[in-house]
Amino acid sequence: MSAQNGSGETHHIVPVKAYLGVFAFLMVMTVVTVVVSWVDLGIFNTLVAMLIAVAKAIAVVMIFMHVRWANKLARLFVAGGFFWLLLLFVLVMMDYFQRATLGF
Amino acid sequence: MSTHSVTAGNPAAVLHHFDTAEQQRDAATLGMWLFLITEVMFFGGFFTAYICYRHYYYDAFVAASHTLNIPLGAFNTAVLICSSLTMAMAVHSAQLGQRKKIVTYLLLTMLLGATFLGVKTIEYADKFEHHHVPGPNFSFPGVENAQLFFSLYFGMTGLHAAHMVVGIGVMIPMLLAAMKGKYTSDYYTPVENFGLYWHFVDIVWIFLFPLLYLLGGHLTPGGGAHH
Repeated sequence: MSAQNGSGETHHIVPVKAYLGVFAFLMVMTVVTVVVSWVDLGIFNTLVAMLIAVAKAIAVVMIFMHVRWANKLARLFVAGGFFWLLLLFVLVMMDYFQRATLGF
Repeated sequence: MSTHSVTAGNPAAVLHHFDTAEQQRDAATLGMWLFLITEVMFFGGFFTAYICYRHYYYDAFVAASHTLNIPLGAFNTAVLICSSLTMAMAVHSAQLGQRKKIVTYLLLTMLLGATFLGVKTIEYADKFEHHHVPGPNFSFPGVENAQLFFSLYFGMTGLHAAHMVVGIGVMIPMLLAAMKGKYTSDYYTPVENFGLYWHFVDIVWIFLFPLLYLLGGHLTPGGGAHH
């Protein structure tokens, strides 16, 4: 769905239904993440909590922040930014978590 | 298509270094995302510190996390999600050139943002009362290194709250401009880019809530054995 503006180019207008869908998803997942945190899943509690948070974040980035309809360059920037964050986490974890096993 | 229009003072006009209005808009979006990526890395440092210290002092983190108020945290999560919806609707109204709706939705977003900060104030006051604020008066009997958790709690939620204060501050002139009818379906870049900022702040909280409030929720306080 797109609309013409006065300058003649088109830009995307996201239907309100999509926003309400994301809103409902975020609300439901907030309740789910609280309830699941009380269930003993052993080492998987953190994993489940983070999977829910990542799913919520993706919904916000794609729909609320319009990345789904952004051009390729903008999408590359967004993906690159989060990839760099992942590098920061993974490399630091590889270092610090190994130190514990080595007895430092 | 009226490229290179020279209507001075018309914010919708295409500046001379852009070929089209679409290119101008894309450049603004890209620039905003570049800024947000620096913000992601800014908060990323805090999250990295959290990951390391939580790994080393897991039991202390669980015990300290149990003192946070989950109902208030969950309520604030819902408030922020609502504010993200109203912000998205403000941008939507701008795209359709509905001046009154932009104003209404911006006002709602500000109100929800203020509600979040109000609840945060109640939570912070509670931490002061119980001597859970890092510093000379800190006290958490029986648990070593609990101060590390609270340092990260105040650092992360404080930086997040600061972003909300800035956001509400930015919305004030935006609201006045919207009232004057500055934003039309031809020109709403500031509203759109501010929306990106506001949603980003929401995303930070989406991660802060489970990491700080729900940590070890299935364990009894202080008696955690899982890693």
